[in-house]
Amino acid sequence: MTETALVGILSDEQLQLRQVLRTFLDRHSAEPDVRRLMATDEGYDARVWRRLGGELGLPGLAIPEEYGGSGFGYAELGLVFEETGRALLCAPYFGTVALAAEVLLRAGDEAAAKDLLPGIAAGETVAALALTEPGGRWDEAGITVRAERVAGRWLLSGVKTYVLDGHIAHLLLVVARTDTGIGLFAVDPAGEPGLRRTPLRTVDQTRKQARLDFSGVPARLIGDAGTAWPAIARALSTAAVLLAAEQLGGASRALELAVDYAKIREQYGRAIGSFQAVKHRLADMLTDVECARSAVQDGLRALAADAEDLPVAASVAKACCSEVFTRVTAGAIQVHGGIGFTWEHSVQLYFKRAKASELLLGSPAEHRARLAERLGL
Amino acid sequence: MDLDFGPGVTDFRTEVRDWLAEHLVGEFAAHRGIGGPADSEAWEVRVAWDRELAAGGWLGLSWPVEYGGRGLTLLEEIVFNYEYARSGAPYRATTSGLDLFGPMLLAMGTPAQKQRFLPPILRVEQLWGQGFSEPGAGSDLASLRCRAELDGDQWVINGQKVWTTMAHTADWLYVLVRTDPDAKRHRGLSMLLVPRHQPGVDVRIIRNLAGQGEFAEVFFNDARTAADLVVGEVGQGWRTAMGTLGIERGVTLLPQQLSFEREVENLVQAAREAGDAVPASTRDRIVEAWMSVRVMRTTNLRTLGEVLAGRAPGPQAGIAKLFASTAHQRMGHLAAEVAGPAGQLVGEDYALDVRQRTFLLSLAETIYGGSSEIQRNIIGEQLLGLPKEPRP
Repeated sequence: MTETALVGILSDEQLQLRQVLRTFLDRHSAEPDVRRLMATDEGYDARVWRRLGGELGLPGLAIPEEYGGSGFGYAELGLVFEETGRALLCAPYFGTVALAAEVLLRAGDEAAAKDLLPGIAAGETVAALALTEPGGRWDEAGITVRAERVAGRWLLSGVKTYVLDGHIAHLLLVVARTDTGIGLFAVDPAGEPGLRRTPLRTVDQTRKQARLDFSGVPARLIGDAGTAWPAIARALSTAAVLLAAEQLGGASRALELAVDYAKIREQYGRAIGSFQAVKHRLADMLTDVECARSAVQDGLRALAADAEDLPVAASVAKACCSEVFTRVTAGAIQVHGGIGFTWEHSVQLYFKRAKASELLLGSPAEHRARLAERLGL
Repeated sequence: MDLDFGPGVTDFRTEVRDWLAEHLVGEFAAHRGIGGPADSEAWEVRVAWDRELAAGGWLGLSWPVEYGGRGLTLLEEIVFNYEYARSGAPYRATTSGLDLFGPMLLAMGTPAQKQRFLPPILRVEQLWGQGFSEPGAGSDLASLRCRAELDGDQWVINGQKVWTTMAHTADWLYVLVRTDPDAKRHRGLSMLLVPRHQPGVDVRIIRNLAGQGEFAEVFFNDARTAADLVVGEVGQGWRTAMGTLGIERGVTLLPQQLSFEREVENLVQAAREAGDAVPASTRDRIVEAWMSVRVMRTTNLRTLGEVLAGRAPGPQAGIAKLFASTAHQRMGHLAAEVAGPAGQLVGEDYALDVRQRTFLLSLAETIYGGSSEIQRNIIGEQLLGLPKEPRP
């Protein structure tokens, strides 16, 4: 493998993008906004969502221009997820962009891409990938929802759950089993009598999930009816890298909160951050965050180059950043002491997001098991 | 890992590879992969190899031509070190003069001092040793007590230094001493250059835990050196010592990375061969170790990218030593576990294999060059801006 020796220096344009995003999110995803939205069933602000699409063009950032996007690269998309992670943005952004759009982009169905991606790119369509089932598995073997061809139509039956934004999505992309293997299917949920959508109550209230019960729901086949899995797996690797970027953003924000607090909170007549017991914990947290940043950059490098080692880089990033995010947010609560354990303090929101995202797309142990297999262990 | 350094250094890279292919033969080739920062293994062979490099003009690549260097760019030096590491050539013996003292003298020395001392370093005619730590001054270096007084045109030095790497092979020592007995702590210190071959300097070798006589105590009893052999101002030795410490130039990042990658590949290979004898939980920890090396690679490339772009390295450069030293020790523990009981046997005279030696020597990595505890203080105070611990 050959790669360039120069990595990770942000261009002026990228720095500018980050600044614009941070300003926008400071205004529209401040803590009161997060708390207001996480308490609603929908879990997002439709006005802010439209502005994310119309004004900033965020959903279409990495979608090619022929499908209505702006055709930037994954480096920029990674930056966006780092910022939305910092701000704990309550919106169907990850599910729509990192999961649904990526699956559509990779499914190899030109007509479907032309039909469905422009709405996503414009920020008009909230899309959800319905993959996991009550078994909670992220692999091909976990798929039991059936797709059957009846009288010239595909009909879906079975249960999907833990589906991000499944209760509000305008477009469902359902991974289902056919007679010939795994297929991908698009469902328009509006007014569909065979579909029951049930919002789920989650520990992390900042990202909503739903259960979807299908009984003979008509669906549009995307790509080939039996060989969709490799494209889906590639999209899941992409999503893992972008989730890792989001985790990195959350972890670095939690570390900032802890450091700021350690500088002002006094005990025994001095700032607690001057005690080595606290200082060394915070130093370890920074070490964690910088390692997470490296893992994300390697993942974004693999994405941008569409490299062969993307699944490896993705599993490393997902396993590393998941554990870092959880460890750093738990450490941040510890540094805050009693106040960090309260409902009112924002650090707990980051901890819950960390734990939930650690399990999303496969736990660190699952990703290490995949790496072990690739290493021949 | 194969890295692309851009078209500007393609010819230079070929030149390096060709030279190494031609000269890394015979006994030198037999010592591929031997040696490390605190490893005296095969010392004589490694010094001879350094002389081979010197004859080829491969030492001091970025040093000025007037002092025997080649005046090449930092990128070329980095490329050389990378190709060098890829070739598996023995770890250079003369790093104390080349990588520590030389850059300090280049930055802080007088033209006369540079003219006198730098060319013999590049010709491997004079070896250097560092006299900083003392029995009572380790992490708290500023509390050092070794002192020097002016007697006419000479300094007279009395006191003790410790942990001086290969002091018994050094011709010269650069020694941080107290020249103003009334000044406290880091004030009143000076950096003296002291010839080792004199009656007032006594070196006693200390065996490290791998059984090697790799470092030593140095006793000064009325040792002497010329009054003008001070680097920087008299009384400003602390600035001289700290001025070049910890400046990340990126020249050692890739060699260290390559050696970690080799080690972790060996660990994975050993685990593959051991098969079911390695429990699942151990395999999981081996994957974690493999991941940490991969993460380190990007961390190093980030720093390298910044250095080559002329920017100040980001926070990742500050955490690298703490992370790498800890991860390296974990790799050693895992390798020992995979090797099993047979891996606990040593040869005659406590002869260790490479894996055993690397593991045992890795225990020093969280101590030397600023212990992990000091690293965490530096990270906390300098990178995170946390308040210093008040002095009692």
